[in-house]
Amino acid sequence: MTGKTLYDKVWDAHVVHQQEEGTVLLYIDRHLVHEVTSPQAFEGLQLAGRKPWRTSSMLAVADHNVPTTDRAGGITDPVSRLQVETLDANCEAYGVVEFKMNDLRQGIVHVIGPEQGATLPGMTVVCGDSHTSTHGAFGALAFGIGTSEVEHVMATQTLLQKKSRNMLVSVDGQVGPGVTAKDIVLAIIGRIGTAGGNGCTIEFAGEAIRALSMEGRMSVCNMSIEAGARAGMIAVDDTTIEYLKGRPFAPTGDMWDAAESAWRELQSDADAQFDEVVRLDAADIEPQVSWGTSPEMVTSVNGHVPDPSADDYASKREGYQRALDYMDLAPDTPMIDIMLDRVFIGSCTNSRIEDLRAAAAVIRERKVADTIKQAMVVPGSGLVKRQAEEEGLDKLFMAAGFEWREPGCSMCLAMNADRLQPGERCASTSNRNFEGRQGQGGRTHLVSPAMAAAAAIAGHFVDVRHF
Amino acid sequence: MQSFTTLKGLAVPLMRANVDTDAIIPKQFLKSIKRSGFGVNLFDEWRYKDAGFPGQDPATRQPNPDFVLNEPRYQGAQVLIAGENFGCGSSREHAVWALDDYGFRSVIAPGFADIFHNNSFKSGLLPIVLDKPIVEKLATECAEREGYQLDIDLEAQTVTTPDGEVHPFEVDSFRKYCLLNGFDDIELTLQQRFRIEAYEERRRTSAPWLFDSIDSRSP
Repeated sequence: MTGKTLYDKVWDAHVVHQQEEGTVLLYIDRHLVHEVTSPQAFEGLQLAGRKPWRTSSMLAVADHNVPTTDRAGGITDPVSRLQVETLDANCEAYGVVEFKMNDLRQGIVHVIGPEQGATLPGMTVVCGDSHTSTHGAFGALAFGIGTSEVEHVMATQTLLQKKSRNMLVSVDGQVGPGVTAKDIVLAIIGRIGTAGGNGCTIEFAGEAIRALSMEGRMSVCNMSIEAGARAGMIAVDDTTIEYLKGRPFAPTGDMWDAAESAWRELQSDADAQFDEVVRLDAADIEPQVSWGTSPEMVTSVNGHVPDPSADDYASKREGYQRALDYMDLAPDTPMIDIMLDRVFIGSCTNSRIEDLRAAAAVIRERKVADTIKQAMVVPGSGLVKRQAEEEGLDKLFMAAGFEWREPGCSMCLAMNADRLQPGERCASTSNRNFEGRQGQGGRTHLVSPAMAAAAAIAGHFVDVRHF
Repeated sequence: MQSFTTLKGLAVPLMRANVDTDAIIPKQFLKSIKRSGFGVNLFDEWRYKDAGFPGQDPATRQPNPDFVLNEPRYQGAQVLIAGENFGCGSSREHAVWALDDYGFRSVIAPGFADIFHNNSFKSGLLPIVLDKPIVEKLATECAEREGYQLDIDLEAQTVTTPDGEVHPFEVDSFRKYCLLNGFDDIELTLQQRFRIEAYEERRRTSAPWLFDSIDSRSP
């Protein structure tokens, strides 16, 4: 018998029942909830006269609609306010623990779960949010679900699922200085494409992945969905265990010891078989910048905007041309010549303390370029914000001309007041460069936090390794 | 859930690859706490020239005459013929609700993003995967002939063109069963309550830290 992959192990441990045709009733350990995808689920529950199966599995927070400016006056937009108030009311009614907007622990759901130790290795973790893949960094099986499935998990603590295929993405060797987790994952997506992981759970492995901190691993798993995979996972090691020790919701005492020994088993067996294997050489990865309207449209900062008429792009010509038209970019433009209007450092991909430290380290007493209309830093949670302030990062950012904001999803998807105006171009540490994602007509280039900070100072993209 | 058995419906081609859920229903409309009313904002940024926001009077919008859904010949379309990896990006089920509310009952594409594919079945919107050359042929025929209708039979798992060409498609047998009957997944699952309870009982012993509850530990 061949060995099991990490995904096989976590999957098998959660099978409640398998039907004859292969559909599995899968048990869900942790259900994270936010304001955008939950109201219709709570309403469905109420209309059917059902109660949540296990509220102790749930943790709720409002993140998409919250303002990142002063919150003393509450939420100005009445539609956003109603959605957040609806979450508050539902959590109150059903006894679900919620970090409210003015709680120090409030933040982006995919930042606070791990930060609180609510995400643990070997768990199944779901949320009505595609970036739930983030939590796979802990050797958890974590994936995004739609609102009907949110209701299904609330009512039954399970989901009806078909098993995905196993894909291994191994990043071998070491990355060079100045190359971050974000560059690694963008390079992976550039290689396999935005549908490359469809139908798969990706396990990220290899020396370059093992060398990443938990925060770096979260950035990588976060963007699994941008490669089409619902879930990305990384095996448990000392880095995982050290991160979790002492987190508020992590186990303690004897329970910790029992848990730790179980968690240590959470890796693929040496003889495990993967359906697909992709290998990248870490040394080849340079700082990445996206040029188009899909995360697969990405290149090195030292590269150029592609020419859709080139023979290599015959099958993609129409899509590439549409992307260049939307992005208002000419073929063969060097990436470093692209001038920017705004810079956004934040999102569930890159708003943790190490991201903010990496961005701040680039500044070195320089100022945001005059041509940049706005550069903003949005910490991933109230606790990240406090930590950054204790380290004086807020002062470094503000002295350079960055705005220092309250935590939330902010301009990653522009559901609150933070957004691009039509035609504006933004260097963003977020995860999606789709048309209109950061505001109607806005143009997004995805980069790492260090690359974003450097771009803010230069006014255009620069290779952060020589900046 | 609304059931799906057969459909004979007007088709419309939208052959862009990687149509994401932000394009299907832009984020500003996700602020609604209801499941209905999203159809008017389906593909909002492509469909209208003016900026869309919640609560707008639809009569004041400026439709983009170049966008395919605005062509008079496609009014009342129920089948969307789409490009590869349709519905990628965010997990928002609002994308399915918007397609459904607009009047679509089925989307035919060479491939779908996983979460969108899952979500479709929950609202009775049938996603059909056909080989890319077939989808391209359907799109071409549809663009060439006004009033192009496709016949979809879920029980038989076929799409039939006006010329009588029959294209079989695969569908997960359990999902097919639920869709044909309009079954509520939650009700079906709750019939297995005893299995879920037995599983929990076992896991509370073997992995008790998974049940060390958030509510009891909340400071």
